Amino acid sequence: MATFNVHVIIENKPGISDPEGKTILNDLVLKGTHKTVSEIKTAKMLKFTIKEKDKKTAKSKVQEICDELRIFNPMVSKVTIDVFDS
Amino acid sequence: MKVGAVVFPGSNCDRDMYHVLTDVFNLDAQYYWHEKSLPKNIDAVILPGGFSYGDRLRAGVIAAHSPIIKDVKKMAEKGIPILGVCNGFQILVESGLLPGVLLKNESLNFMCEWTNLIVENNQTPFTNQFKLHEEIPIPIANGEGRYYVDDDTLKQLKKKNQIVFRYSQVVNGSSHRIAGVCNQEGNVVGMMPHPERAVESEINPIDNKPSSLIFESLLTKIGVSN
Repeated sequence: MATFNVHVIIENKPGISDPEGKTILNDLVLKGTHKTVSEIKTAKMLKFTIKEKDKKTAKSKVQEICDELRIFNPMVSKVTIDVFDS
Repeated sequence: MKVGAVVFPGSNCDRDMYHVLTDVFNLDAQYYWHEKSLPKNIDAVILPGGFSYGDRLRAGVIAAHSPIIKDVKKMAEKGIPILGVCNGFQILVESGLLPGVLLKNESLNFMCEWTNLIVENNQTPFTNQFKLHEEIPIPIANGEGRYYVDDDTLKQLKKKNQIVFRYSQVVNGSSHRIAGVCNQEGNVVGMMPHPERAVESEINPIDNKPSSLIFESLLTKIGVSN
């Protein structure tokens, strides 16, 4: 068994409005001198520390946890899962 | 005639709801802590508002895994009337008893104000005393009250008559201005506005009658006249 860090990024699916991201873009970034930015999207990241036999198992276990416990709401959100060595 | 008010860590409208059920409508209401089970002979269950688990992760999602929710699901299958108000609605949605999801208000503000609802379905245990399309002045108090469903689900909701309340005008960016929905059978109803804050003339300067009809509908459904 080895320890892995698993990052779970929860973000809105395309088409779901993200008023927080729009506010950061329109009322902060574009009010300064950073005119090259066209979009900002907010997301939530959970960092799991998990002991499993390999990276693949660590990823599938975290995916299973996220699905089973509704860590993200599948109607509006999608998750991206990345695994790193601890 | 028993009505259960379910209490989660962070519920804060449970006492208001209990007061309305007992002092205003003379019902035999009892609190049920979320770790306990519900008695088999209960006649209705209400999930009051609040901030269960501090809205951590997402409003309602942690409470949706509470032990008592298994019993609430059993009661729902048996056809017992179940009402979720505000955080109670969020918990019903996150537990899969009602469709959709509640997102942060479009304004990102916590909104605490009077709104007008339109009754779109007067066949549920909580709306059977309303005229169809009757208007209800009622307060909202939420940060994550923007009801969202995708287009296919919205079509289904319309087809199955599951839209119970709509706001009379745009309030928070909800899909189709939806403020409350029910399950396909109609016995499980969720709504973001707070009827328990509007049934008494002392605290409702506009018109307390429409909101009290929500509770009078329940009394009619379970066969008790006030």
